[in-house]
Amino acid sequence: MPIAAALLSVAGLAGVAVVAPILVARRIALATSIVYGASFVLAAVLLVCGLSALLGGSAFQGAVHLPIGLPWIGAHFVLDPLSAAFLVIVDFGAMIASFYAIGYGAHEEEPGRVLPFYPAFLAGMNLVVLSADAFGFLVAWEFMSLSSWALVMAHHHDAENRRAGYVYLLMASFGTLMLLLAFGLLAGPDGDYIFSAIRTAAHVPWLSGLVLVLMLLGAGSKAGLVPLHVWLPLAHPAAPSHVSALMSGVMTKVAVYAFIRVVFDLVGEPAWWWAVTVLTLGAGSAVLGVLHAVLQRDLKRLLAYSTVENVGIIFIGLGLGLAFKTNDMTGAAALAVTASVFHAFNHSLFKSLLFFGAGNVLTGSGERDIEKLGGLVHRMPETAYLFLGGCLAISALPPLNGFVSEWLILQAILLSPDLPQWALRFLVPASGAMLALAAALAAACFVRAFGITFLSRPRSPAAETAHEASRWQIRAMYALMALCLVAGVFPGPFLDALSPVSQLLVGGAMPKQPILPHFSIIPISESRSSYSGFLVFFFILMASWAAIRVIHNFASRAIRRAPPWDCGFPDPSPATQYTADSFAQPIRRVFGPIAFRAKIGQAMPPPGDMAPARLTLSLRDLVWEFIYAPLEGAVLYAAERLNVLQFLTIRSYLSLVFAALVLLLVLVATWA
Amino acid sequence: MGLILAILVQGIQMILVLALAPGLVGFTRKVKARLLRRQGPSILQPYRDLLRLVRKEAVLADNASWLFRNAPYLIFATTWVAAALVPTFATGLHFSWAADLIAITALLGSARFFLALAGMDIGTAFGGIGSSREMLFSTLAEPAMIMIVFTVALVAGSTQLSTVAAFMVDHSTLRVSLGLALIGLIIVALTENARVPVDNPATHLELTMVHEAMVLEYSGRHLAVIELASALKLLLYISLIACIFAPWGMARQDDGLIGMAIGAVTWIGKLAVGGFLMVLFETAIAKMRVFRVPEFVGGALMLGLLGTLLLFVSRSF
Repeated sequence: MPIAAALLSVAGLAGVAVVAPILVARRIALATSIVYGASFVLAAVLLVCGLSALLGGSAFQGAVHLPIGLPWIGAHFVLDPLSAAFLVIVDFGAMIASFYAIGYGAHEEEPGRVLPFYPAFLAGMNLVVLSADAFGFLVAWEFMSLSSWALVMAHHHDAENRRAGYVYLLMASFGTLMLLLAFGLLAGPDGDYIFSAIRTAAHVPWLSGLVLVLMLLGAGSKAGLVPLHVWLPLAHPAAPSHVSALMSGVMTKVAVYAFIRVVFDLVGEPAWWWAVTVLTLGAGSAVLGVLHAVLQRDLKRLLAYSTVENVGIIFIGLGLGLAFKTNDMTGAAALAVTASVFHAFNHSLFKSLLFFGAGNVLTGSGERDIEKLGGLVHRMPETAYLFLGGCLAISALPPLNGFVSEWLILQAILLSPDLPQWALRFLVPASGAMLALAAALAAACFVRAFGITFLSRPRSPAAETAHEASRWQIRAMYALMALCLVAGVFPGPFLDALSPVSQLLVGGAMPKQPILPHFSIIPISESRSSYSGFLVFFFILMASWAAIRVIHNFASRAIRRAPPWDCGFPDPSPATQYTADSFAQPIRRVFGPIAFRAKIGQAMPPPGDMAPARLTLSLRDLVWEFIYAPLEGAVLYAAERLNVLQFLTIRSYLSLVFAALVLLLVLVATWA
Repeated sequence: MGLILAILVQGIQMILVLALAPGLVGFTRKVKARLLRRQGPSILQPYRDLLRLVRKEAVLADNASWLFRNAPYLIFATTWVAAALVPTFATGLHFSWAADLIAITALLGSARFFLALAGMDIGTAFGGIGSSREMLFSTLAEPAMIMIVFTVALVAGSTQLSTVAAFMVDHSTLRVSLGLALIGLIIVALTENARVPVDNPATHLELTMVHEAMVLEYSGRHLAVIELASALKLLLYISLIACIFAPWGMARQDDGLIGMAIGAVTWIGKLAVGGFLMVLFETAIAKMRVFRVPEFVGGALMLGLLGTLLLFVSRSF
């Protein structure tokens, strides 16, 4: 039974987490390798469990009831197609991250702050995906949040990291509270917390709507939906790079899983306005996330903002799925949901790849600020090559995997003129435009990230003396790169594997993808659209090979090295290059006034004055300004007012208690 | 036998677009010169230029990386594949369903991605300025293109170009949405090909340049390959406009050799007309300042979105 093996492996991960501090305390030299090696093996076992349950059909799926936890509930676990699909996403990411960490962890100054929490974090994420009752789910969720918080705080000497940890803790508690309320509503007055009971219970429509809102707040805050994303660009970069990869690539997917599980599976029939809400949030996150990403100077923060974008894309797909599901357009709903889950998988691959690349840059040069990097392609050739692959994949360029899932979402959008609701008819094409805009901006963002970091000339001594990362790190990245290519060139089997998931969620599946001819994928029918990543890849390879062969054989292959031309005035100073800020300037100028209320001021000294001219730039984070700052003010104000309550006499306290008691009794009396 | 023939026809299309692309550039230069009352170089001049360039040695900057050396071939390959997937003289070619219009757009995006990176590789101010501006224009041109694809696809019920072309021949009616899409597509085509109101293909050493700034450091065969890729891109866009908005004369899947010959002749005619109109427009208009361009391309995005919205309101627009 894969589920038993999966649960044993999770227990094993918990065991590793317990043993890790002992290893560290005894100063065992191989502690890092042992912990990450064990995590690697256990994640691999879990991956096999997930794969067998996903591909092997119902024989490999199943449910388990353990007599632990709350006495009248116990602990329920289930391995159905949905949890199996996300188990694969989680554990593939976890496996590769553990492998990477065997090399990366050697650079850790205080391994005791990372090693115990890392396997615990993995165990938490796996348990969330496997849980089949609200209680176990919430415990696992909180376990995942707290262990990842500990990992964010691993480098706590840095004040910025402490702030990141604080914001993360606040947002995580808020998110869990929302989930708690959502499950409370789902369980109803009888308090049935088991998923199978929730699924069969009848839900009042407006309460279901409330559950959706609570799930958007709870799971959305973990996934990084705008405007709940504020913690993400702070916390993800603060953790060690392999943990950043897991948080961005995998933990956000666990949140997506929670959303899908409740909204598509548990709560029953959706209403059309749900789709409106989800689409709006998704499209907003996609564009705002990538606009932030284009302007970042910190490589890891840039990647974190791009996660916000990709989560937005996933939610656009889910919103489309909801829209089609309410209108009983099963084929279209299956396409949208499959595309969405496939994008979640793809994003976990290339985002991990990119974070690993950023980790290599960090270990190789000690820098995260791209303004101080440059020219790393010469000193870190393999990292550069692999990071470039990740950039191509995330920018949705064929023949890699990012393109396939975004292409499928665009195909789903083209099916939506048949929707009866007018609001959706206007919103869907608009979100399609937002999706296209986000994809184009992502390309600009990653040209900038790769170009400034790896190309051009070194901008600091750190970049000049950078060195290549360890073999472990490079090999982990090769594995991810290879899978990005495979998923892009042969997407058919991946989509077929997801058909039980969409069967479970929307009661239908995409057509079975043909192997012949040429591994093409067909979203709805062949006359509407088809795409063959294999042929595109093959043609690109053949065309470039032919061009190189013809030119080298029949023309010239001579090369001469010379100083750069630069229109005749090459300047050896690296300060004359384009910088990250100057690269982003045109985009900031075009989009900044809308998205950030950007204001650019020029202070020119009067003629004759020798003072330098000054350029000032102010960008405003509107989400922070209009949502969080007032909220913070309100909390502080309330705290200030309520402070009086701390200095009352015993009589006043007693009368307060009495008043509260009377109030509650009155409440209970009127309720009943 | 049928399969071999189908692959052969597809191969002919690939060779044909490659062979005609420099000729199209030569033709537009000739027409432009004539419109400016100059004699102008021969139509064959681009072929001679390319031959001269590939025979020369390539001069690389001292710090040029592997990416700089390989990017031209990748740019060329992705552009060539994209150009070969647009139906030119015949629809329903053997590999035409390998990629639809969205994929073709994305393939051009890949080419641009490598070109922009190559511009940044040496670390000169010119390369950076070119890449930065190119990416700015693409952030608006690409969504505009996707919205135009949406408009066309909603009318024709497919994103496959062959199906679209066949539909347009059978149901040729005037539609508001298609008119909007045509204007949008022309704007996108001018932007993507670095033509006059956006960029000037004839200048060197001018701070307003975009495309030429990125390829400033290239020489010899690398430059030749990049020039060929830009010629292919021009041919691609004119063929694309012709394929969607003027698909008459194209050979169908079961037409014989004569049908294909007719298709080829009409296609070359369409290229000539398209090139002529483009040059006519170019000579009549001045180049824009860089920060006026986003408004120009944003206009295309709005037109595409408007076309799509109209079709979401009613299929009859």
